[in-house]
Amino acid sequence: MLTRERFEQELDRRQTPKVRERLREGTVAVAGLGGLGSNIALMLARTGIRKLFLADFDRVDPSNLNRQAYTISQIGMKKTEAMSELIRQVNPWIELGFFDGRVTQENAAELFRPYPIICEAFDSPKAKAELVNGVLSQLPDNTVISGSGMAGSYSSNLIKTAKKMKRLYVCGDGTHGISTEESLTAARVSICAGHEANMAIRLILGEEEV
Amino acid sequence: MRVNGNKRFLEGRITLKEFLLKEGYRLEHIAVERNGKIVPKAEYETIMLTEADTLEIVSFVGGG
Repeated sequence: MLTRERFEQELDRRQTPKVRERLREGTVAVAGLGGLGSNIALMLARTGIRKLFLADFDRVDPSNLNRQAYTISQIGMKKTEAMSELIRQVNPWIELGFFDGRVTQENAAELFRPYPIICEAFDSPKAKAELVNGVLSQLPDNTVISGSGMAGSYSSNLIKTAKKMKRLYVCGDGTHGISTEESLTAARVSICAGHEANMAIRLILGEEEV
Repeated sequence: MRVNGNKRFLEGRITLKEFLLKEGYRLEHIAVERNGKIVPKAEYETIMLTEADTLEIVSFVGGG
């Protein structure tokens, strides 16, 4: 049986004391638990932050298997529950909060106020813009890390993290969105998820540059 | 005026909304920062742009 002490010990071995001290207190919200969000949440859970807040209205579907973290046995489950199950397999001690519903411009501020760092991981450009506008215009102290442009099989190196506004970082290639002409693959979506998760980690550590 | 880091000449009196539409942006897919402050959507229509303005316009594409 894995003990919390051993789990923490292993994190201490992989992270320098200064980094560990800060990451241990990190809290991040993930809005949307698809290809981006499910991978971001798992990466941050593995990193050993204090708390994750996860928001999604959807259930796990066979169409998710090709790029999202879920497994076949989870088909039909609420994504928030399925994510909790996956996270508990890699970090049983992280604090988790959930919102099983739709995030709108109206409820975004209330939902995400307690979380200084919010990873936007929705699918539709409208939902992305609504979250960014809702948070930035109503919450003066919160930062959004957004994903935009990860479709197709273009070069990995086109995917970047950019600081677009004082409290908005955008990860992605900025141009390749989902359409009937573009594929969406686990590899490229995960690269973008890695960018978002790493920027969240950098912000927890007080690094504001990309 | 500066838009996304580039110098732009402002042609006549124009609101932020008119400018964004003229530039081909889909208003429901964007976020706009003006002089370092996010602009709430409801204000796009009332803001008159000036030569001194600096705009950062982020347009989101789908996928996630």
